[in-house]
Amino acid sequence: MRSAASYRLAIVGGSVLLLEVLCRAGVIDHLTMPAPSEILRDLAVMLRAGTMYPAMAKTLLNVVIAFSLAVVVGIAAGVALHGWHALRQGLDPLFATYYAIPVFAFYPLLIILFGLGDTPQILIGFMLAVVAVIMNTLNGLDRVSRVLLKTARIHRLGPLATALKITLPCAAPHVLTGVKLAVAYAFIGIIGAEFIMSRTGIGYEISFAYNNFDNRIMYPLILLILVVSTVVNTALSHWEKVLMRRRGQG
Amino acid sequence: MSRAHVLLRGVTRIYGDPGASSRQVHALGPVTLDLRQGEFFAVVGPSGCGKSTLLDLIAGLSRASEGSIEFEGRAVAGEVPEGVGVVFQEDACFPWLTVSDNIAFGLRQAGFDAQERARRVTHAIELMGLSEFAAAYPAQLSGGMRQRVCIARTLVMQPRLILLDEPFGALDQQTRLLMGDELLRLWRDTGATVLLITHALDEAAMLADRIGVMSARPGRILDIVETGWPRERDSRIVAESSFGEITSRLWRSLRAESLKAIGKSASAK
Repeated sequence: MRSAASYRLAIVGGSVLLLEVLCRAGVIDHLTMPAPSEILRDLAVMLRAGTMYPAMAKTLLNVVIAFSLAVVVGIAAGVALHGWHALRQGLDPLFATYYAIPVFAFYPLLIILFGLGDTPQILIGFMLAVVAVIMNTLNGLDRVSRVLLKTARIHRLGPLATALKITLPCAAPHVLTGVKLAVAYAFIGIIGAEFIMSRTGIGYEISFAYNNFDNRIMYPLILLILVVSTVVNTALSHWEKVLMRRRGQG
Repeated sequence: MSRAHVLLRGVTRIYGDPGASSRQVHALGPVTLDLRQGEFFAVVGPSGCGKSTLLDLIAGLSRASEGSIEFEGRAVAGEVPEGVGVVFQEDACFPWLTVSDNIAFGLRQAGFDAQERARRVTHAIELMGLSEFAAAYPAQLSGGMRQRVCIARTLVMQPRLILLDEPFGALDQQTRLLMGDELLRLWRDTGATVLLITHALDEAAMLADRIGVMSARPGRILDIVETGWPRERDSRIVAESSFGEITSRLWRSLRAESLKAIGKSASAK
């Protein structure tokens, strides 16, 4: 475990260091990419100036909305589908091929339906994220042993209490895998949507900076997204590990 | 002691499509049986004879196709009655809860206040020798310990009828004998009626007041053997001469049925 962590650190740290050297030696010219140390400094300047706070707030709020909706709807749909066998059998092939469909292709339709506001962007984030939650919830519920379901009946629990007190807690590590994917998909959906159909948000600001050759804005924003999504994912992974360790796995 | 606590009258269970008799499986019955208040009753039978089906029916986990079941004078039909506790062979611990939270689960659902919960859980933890493991998760425990957690979780509800579906089936022989002792002690302390399903003749002979011998599928009660043990007893009775007589009587009744269950006729050697 310790050596795995040090390999990881060596690869990431080494790559950053290599980039730094290549940029400073002029192998990568300054117009293409500033050195990582400069990006970091620009990010600090940007954060201190506070000019990007409205964009950041807007993007993060939309990610949170899309993610929360995906988790709530995804878990509820997972529980419902688990109990509704015929419907599930009908939908399973659609879920399996769902990620072959480029959701972004629907953006003109979403704009026609919902206008140019935040709604179509949130919907894209939601649509990307929700199916991962449903599939992983179903996967977890499938693994709940029959004896636990019997135990629920011995304790005279109704269907809702059984889901909340027994089957979902039992399936929690699998549900959490779906939740982790939902974070990633919500970020991808929202920022991608901001690139193509928004006048605000981090995605829009990156695209705007790109079109104006403004590397001192573009790269720090990319770094910011990288940091935020890595932090959120690491926190969820840590939680997942705690759950798995309790069960004697991992 | 002699009042009937559980009453079964002509109980049968048939699985499958009621419209197509060729696709039906007659799993159990008809079974007519009385469990007396406070007795320890064991059921033995060849594998697949419907022992667990019988337990599920009494527990209200499934419905009888024909016949009636009563617990304390009220019909049992597809719903688990209040006052019934069940321990299964499979590990039924909740892996996401600590030992003490596992044991407190039913009390919490039933709305007992924190003080009463703590009192009962502490008592059960001490009784089952789990004090050191109260804060542990089931994954940290051995199979025998996990089964004790499940028994404790059942006991804290103070059930008047305890149904045990091969609870020691997954344990080694020594642990089974010791768990048997504990079970006898609990049975005496609680005064509950106990129904034990088992495939182990010695386990039935050691623990029970009466033993019902079931036929091969569809399971019916062929014979009821009275052991005549005193209420104060423990695993040392396996050394008594009458213990051997009881197990050999059980085996005489069961041998032909067990052969049937594995597809041979009784005459075949």
